[in-house]
Amino acid sequence: MKTTHARTDSDNNTSKTVVAKDLAVSYKGKLVWHGANFSVNRGEFVAVIGPNGAGKTTLFRLLLGLQQPTSGTIRVFDTPPKRGNPRIGYVPQRHTIDNENNIECIELLRLAYSGNRLGFSLSSREEKKAAFDSLSAVGATELANKPLSSMSGGELQRVFLAEALVGSPDMLLLDEPLSSLDIKRIKDLVGLVNKVVKSRNVTAFLVAHDINPLIQFLDKVIYIANGKVAAGTPKEVLTSKRLTELYETKVEVLRDSRGNIVVVGGGDHHGDE
Amino acid sequence: MSFIPFSVNLLYDLHVILQYQFMQHAFEAGTIVAIIAGIIGYLVVLRNSSFAAHALSDIGFAGAAGAVLVGVSPVFGLLLFTTISGVGIAVLGKDVSHRDVEIGSVLAFSLGLGILFISLYTGYATEAYSILFGEILGISSSDVVITLIVSAAILAVSAFVYRPILFASLDGDVAEAKGMRMLLLGVIFMLLLAVAVSIAVQVVGVLLIFALMVTPAAIAIRLTKKPLYAITISVLIALFATWSGLFVSFYVPYPVSFFITSIVFILYLFVRFVYQK
Repeated sequence: MKTTHARTDSDNNTSKTVVAKDLAVSYKGKLVWHGANFSVNRGEFVAVIGPNGAGKTTLFRLLLGLQQPTSGTIRVFDTPPKRGNPRIGYVPQRHTIDNENNIECIELLRLAYSGNRLGFSLSSREEKKAAFDSLSAVGATELANKPLSSMSGGELQRVFLAEALVGSPDMLLLDEPLSSLDIKRIKDLVGLVNKVVKSRNVTAFLVAHDINPLIQFLDKVIYIANGKVAAGTPKEVLTSKRLTELYETKVEVLRDSRGNIVVVGGGDHHGDE
Repeated sequence: MSFIPFSVNLLYDLHVILQYQFMQHAFEAGTIVAIIAGIIGYLVVLRNSSFAAHALSDIGFAGAAGAVLVGVSPVFGLLLFTTISGVGIAVLGKDVSHRDVEIGSVLAFSLGLGILFISLYTGYATEAYSILFGEILGISSSDVVITLIVSAAILAVSAFVYRPILFASLDGDVAEAKGMRMLLLGVIFMLLLAVAVSIAVQVVGVLLIFALMVTPAAIAIRLTKKPLYAITISVLIALFATWSGLFVSFYVPYPVSFFITSIVFILYLFVRFVYQK
């Protein structure tokens, strides 16, 4: 209900989590993409889709304040992005934990809570509580004492999601959390992210190659390709016309009976993954 | 030393051993160094920085030999060379860790430079030998005092930055996104490592630094899942090896470094291959 309310109330700036206007960004002196215009409201589930090297992670770096735009404006929670914003939880791309690393999961989550604090402390109750709360939010309390080195890909991604949730952020940035998972685990994780988005009224950006496992939950899609950005609801963006404009070459969006889509002709093929 | 009889009463033996001043100094310095090496060693293993530890140690050889040449205690030369190169490695950052060939060349050059300094000094290799393989039985009381002061500083700084360094080592990308200063933390870590290496060289020497700075921590992470426990175990192993090594070497006329490295290695083999959960 809240999300629908926020959407109808779209003129009210305070409900906007992210607003981008004529945004352009460069990496090492080269323009990555430009002309991005979009806004994302509180509690929306947003997929960031596009071929490798299109600049999806660069968008996250902008939101995290790790990089500045080349031109245009971007506002996060109605202010320019700033580094170390506690309202943002982040899961980096290809986020693996070293195999030799025998540290148990709960220790990582406790550090996610207090890792930026100086001084020595043996244990604090609030730290422990924050760690366990986020672990139970992803339904993984049974993993608390399991070493990270012996976790499966699916377990690790749940723990990373819990790590991002420590401190109850208002926005999640998930960079390719699905890339190393099989179809069943992808479905489980997407369902879990959706549950977190809805139950906590959190905004989530999720970078993925294949939009199909996400499509039924999505409020918005940000499609990055060919140095340009198309954003809007899935219905608006995932059309032959819109993607043909984006790629500047003939692109067709095909749908099967269950709503799965295949993009043909853009140089990348969804559904291949 | 083999003329002193060994009794079954270990406390009595220790009493006898500690009547010799050089053994007192060895136990004092060895204890301090084992504690520091056990702690910093855990961070080395966690950050996959054992090559950096080895690099600093080798570069330190040139510093130690240079110090001998100008007539000051080798530990000053070690501190100077390791801290400068430690900051260098930290600032160059990730690029460096994938440049084995370049680092290897610098290491070889440092060792060469060290041996030149040594030959300019006396033309004889005794000093080089003790820097390369450790000479804890020749440690002076002023060296013990320096070791103590430097170690207290390492302990204080480690305790202060413990959580940020742990988190940055474990999950650098998230730590960076949380606004933590990765470069600063990297420099602090390399400084801690440089200073720890410098004092540990006195005990096991430049070439055997792994025995105290890496292996005890590598054993510890196989025994526990909690960082604080791992640090504790790592310190205990380093202490056990150093004390036992000193003790045994008092009765058996072989180098202390040999005993320390052997004890640590046997423990490592045991935990790696026999102790399986």
